[in-house]
Amino acid sequence: MNLTLKVWRQAHANDTGSIQTYEANDIPVEASFLEMLDIVNERIIIDGGDPIHFDHDCREGICGMCSLTINGVPHSKDRGITTCQVHMRKFRDGDTIWIEPFRAKAFPIVKDLMVDRGAFDRIIAAGGYIDVRTGSAPDANAVPIPKHDADASFDSAACIGCGACVAACKNASAMLFVGAKANHLNRLPQGEPEKDKRTLALVRQMDEEGFGNCTNQYECEAVCPKEISADVIAKLNRDYGAAVARDAVAD
Amino acid sequence: MNALGKALLGFWESSIGKKLIVAVTGIMLVGFLVAHMVGNLLIFQGRESLNDYAYFLHHFLHGWGIWIFRLGLIGAFTLHIIATIALVRENRSARNSRYAYDATVQAPRSSRMMIWSGLTVLGFVIFHILHFTIRVDPDLAAMKDPMDPSRHDVYGMVIKGFQNPIVVLFYIVAISFFCTHLNHGISSLFQTLGLRSEKTRWVIGKIGIAVTIALWLGFLSIPFLTSVNILKDKGSPEKSAAHGASVEEVVKS
Amino acid sequence: MAYDGSTTGSLAGTLESTIPDGPLSDKWTNYKSNAKLINPANKRKYNIIVVGSGLAGGSAAATLSELGYQVKCFCYQDSPRRAHSIAAQGGINAAKNYQNDGDSVWRLFYDTVKGGDFRSREANVHRLAEISVNIIDQCVAQGVPFAREYGGLLDNRSFGGAQVSRTFYARGQTGQQLLIGAYQALEKEISKGGVTMYPRTEMLDLVKVDGHAKGIVTRDLRTGEIESHAADCVILATGGYGNVFFLSTNAMGCNVMAAFRAHKRGAYMANPCFTQIHPTCIPVSGDYQSKLTLMSESLRNDGRIWVPKSADTAKQIREGKLTAKDVAEEDRDYYLERKYPSFGNLAPRDISSRSAKEACDEGRGVAKTGLGVFLDFSDAIARLGEDTIRARYGNLFQMYEKISGDNPYQTPMMIYPAVHYTMGGLWVDYNLESNVKGLHVLGEANFSDHGANRLGASALMQGLADGYFVIPATLPNYLVDQTPGSASTDMPEFKEAEADAKERIEKLLSINGTKTVDSFHRELGLLVWDKCGMARTKEGLEEALKRIPEIRKDFWENVKIPGSADGVNMELEKAGRVADFIDFAEVLCHDALDREESCGGHFREEYQFTKDDEAVQSGYTNEGEAKRRDDEFAYVSAWEYTDPGDEPILHKEKLVYENVKLSVRSYK
Repeated sequence: MNLTLKVWRQAHANDTGSIQTYEANDIPVEASFLEMLDIVNERIIIDGGDPIHFDHDCREGICGMCSLTINGVPHSKDRGITTCQVHMRKFRDGDTIWIEPFRAKAFPIVKDLMVDRGAFDRIIAAGGYIDVRTGSAPDANAVPIPKHDADASFDSAACIGCGACVAACKNASAMLFVGAKANHLNRLPQGEPEKDKRTLALVRQMDEEGFGNCTNQYECEAVCPKEISADVIAKLNRDYGAAVARDAVAD
Repeated sequence: MNALGKALLGFWESSIGKKLIVAVTGIMLVGFLVAHMVGNLLIFQGRESLNDYAYFLHHFLHGWGIWIFRLGLIGAFTLHIIATIALVRENRSARNSRYAYDATVQAPRSSRMMIWSGLTVLGFVIFHILHFTIRVDPDLAAMKDPMDPSRHDVYGMVIKGFQNPIVVLFYIVAISFFCTHLNHGISSLFQTLGLRSEKTRWVIGKIGIAVTIALWLGFLSIPFLTSVNILKDKGSPEKSAAHGASVEEVVKS
Repeated sequence: MAYDGSTTGSLAGTLESTIPDGPLSDKWTNYKSNAKLINPANKRKYNIIVVGSGLAGGSAAATLSELGYQVKCFCYQDSPRRAHSIAAQGGINAAKNYQNDGDSVWRLFYDTVKGGDFRSREANVHRLAEISVNIIDQCVAQGVPFAREYGGLLDNRSFGGAQVSRTFYARGQTGQQLLIGAYQALEKEISKGGVTMYPRTEMLDLVKVDGHAKGIVTRDLRTGEIESHAADCVILATGGYGNVFFLSTNAMGCNVMAAFRAHKRGAYMANPCFTQIHPTCIPVSGDYQSKLTLMSESLRNDGRIWVPKSADTAKQIREGKLTAKDVAEEDRDYYLERKYPSFGNLAPRDISSRSAKEACDEGRGVAKTGLGVFLDFSDAIARLGEDTIRARYGNLFQMYEKISGDNPYQTPMMIYPAVHYTMGGLWVDYNLESNVKGLHVLGEANFSDHGANRLGASALMQGLADGYFVIPATLPNYLVDQTPGSASTDMPEFKEAEADAKERIEKLLSINGTKTVDSFHRELGLLVWDKCGMARTKEGLEEALKRIPEIRKDFWENVKIPGSADGVNMELEKAGRVADFIDFAEVLCHDALDREESCGGHFREEYQFTKDDEAVQSGYTNEGEAKRRDDEFAYVSAWEYTDPGDEPILHKEKLVYENVKLSVRSYK
């Protein structure tokens, strides 16, 4: 198949960047989207150009490294997948495809389509954990956890930290990411002791990193490759309100 | 600063804190709207009911009641606006570059124009207060209840006020805009207050729509029915009641 | 190449496995009780470098920091959470015996040794089995949402041919959940200041001072800056070398560079020929393909594997003239069920993989390329209903459909083996220390626990055992004799290593040839897959050893790398990795050539059971099964690096089995 690509090119973080046009001809229809870019890059290299840089690693939808906005939608308009799981059979011969980086102030562009998502790591470092010293854990079956809670916690823990939620949000909000982490840990009995501290710390760091907040449009859940529900945002709001209240008045 | 102060300041400075403020003030404002609408609908019971109601509002707690209420509303409205504007500024700065190819997957249109529909509401509220509460039109201001000239004739004022088709059209457009704001706002506040979940999700959207439609119908029924001459000033009924006040004044906040 | 006993004898001292004395089940306990300790106040004076942030590296960095050491942790990804441990789907084994089905530490130990075809160290494996139970406790406490039963207790499943249910799992994303647990522990320590994280940073060289590993040279993948980091010891947890085959289930960035750099600096590479080929991957569809996707082995619990009995029918399926449904039941060959009636479709990975290859070699493959067999769920759907199957495998079916475009509820899946895990790696002793003092190697990067073949759900177990529990206990053994801060980046050793790294990069950039890095990688991968993949022969390996130097020469003359060394340059990154893969492939083939036996992931066509063998005649095993030669090859091959083109030197660590009787592995 033959395609026209409109690709964001930006040599380095401080470059202004612009959309460049590439003709991608004779692309096998069975190829994945990133393999299509590989083919285009091989041709660019042979022609003496600088290949299009993009993040990717596992190419099976789990590491969270790939991060393209395809025709305005992070990870493409197909639901529940990452960019590396997009296949060319979803496109038609002659299509024009716009490929841009995940855009957010908190995700500065490194080069071309690569962005720095270190803000997510710093949010986790602020409180996205259960503080348990290695070797000090009780027997794994000592605390039964209702299956429903374990499953609900898992639904949130499925987050791969790709940042599509931020990229899709017109406010570049990280509420789905933070909500998922809060819901993963706050829902479990192990996470209970640090629940308020965690919730407050996560939100504080999220704000400091310069993410916007939620205007309840749920674009985030629509693009989330793990289809995490925006209900986790509601839960985060509730946990936050309760944490502030306890922090303000309780002993 | 003490612990409580610190907690409150942190709450205000946090994005979720401000959103919670928007949601809570939103509930207060929606509550007011519902009460306001129910009061308005007394017009269908005739002049006496509406004018009695207006009189009651103005003399509740020796006249203090309405001011307590107004101050509360002004406070909620102001907080709602200030917190929203602060959030919008933060949100705008968080997304400092735009996509060359912009696409929306599922965000409803109403949700994407909240700040604009909200500012329209602000404009409307100012107009509405000048129209019926402060009554800049001397003709409206001078109306007296035919049965009790000591009090203002709210009933007559409303019907007269909606004789102008341009005013009616403005009300219809503005309240419709208002309702798009409410539609997203009402379902959103459940989310912000943390009440939306797998189990409640289905009903929350419906509550938003139901309340919005009820308010839209309730508010617009009066200018609409007046303009088509179904609701009209039938002259002075017999009963003389006491005092005068205007239900619209409540809108001032 | 030194195959003779003289090397073995003369270097026996350098390959001291340091296994503690005493009965097998007491070794680890005794070791810990008698291990050297470092005063808490002194711990913070020690700097430790951890390269890699997967299950092994991440858990080690976090735990060492908890203990008070100063840790620097490096990964090439943009975040430590992305390490490829994340892709493990199936689960993690632990001898908890929560199912009351007769499991025990001993049984897990025995299964692992047997599964590894008797080429692993007893003491290491027993320690692994002992620690397995602590891992589950630790992970649950961290908030890893393992599957649970309605009563709130942990659920288990049987996995990868085990006769007991000892596998803990979190849907099909166990690796991800465990890694997130380790990552969160790591981030916690980062926030407390014990760990400094260096994402998007690649290790280019190991620095030795007075023979001890005391630092590394890195390249910042964002700025291109070459930097040195000094420490009191170095830990490598950099994963396996599966990408030497170009196509594998590894992530695109997985590479052997750090391990190979250490190898060049003197660390022995052990058993590289033990490579695991996973039987359930989605077949290759074209030469543009960049990687292979694994589907969880759990699919084999309910799916039945078959090919048509006749090659002619298979041909018609390949040509699209027939579909799977057109093949009558009696014309299907459920070859695993036929050959291994008691294990059936759950036969171990190496056996399943090789059987698929055999079927395809006979012309009975069903994918377009001829390389694919059916994995059929129609019986299971008929028996259990589509809903049950959806509940069990929904996400896997979805993944399959996304990639292949076929709906596996209606047509059978097609699968083919692909390189998945590498049992070989840098040689380490019981302390996980390599023969280079101060260099410790964890997880898939070392060779230690899986022998010639790894059992399903054991990789996660080993990575976390090494990181959370083993290295924190064994590292003081080395550190206690070291003066903290004795090495600094001002030392000439560091300056030289930095200069070497810069020179190599300049050399790569200056070639400016005509072929892309990927084209070399693809060429190398095809060669290695062909000659040193699922089945190997002397001739094939010798041919590969002839071809690899040609590829190397071509690479260093004709590779084209655009851009500069400043800033992000992904072609330059790949080039450095591929250059090392080329050199590494030689060691791999030398090892496969040396090991004149078949065992586990290493199958030499010359060494298989024939109908003349007693084990076949007695019905214990089948014709064509792998034939081990314990008398001559019950050793670990540890290869010492020599200059490119020269043959590496073989050192042997004899494997001693005191507790387990070596037997022919039979899954009949």
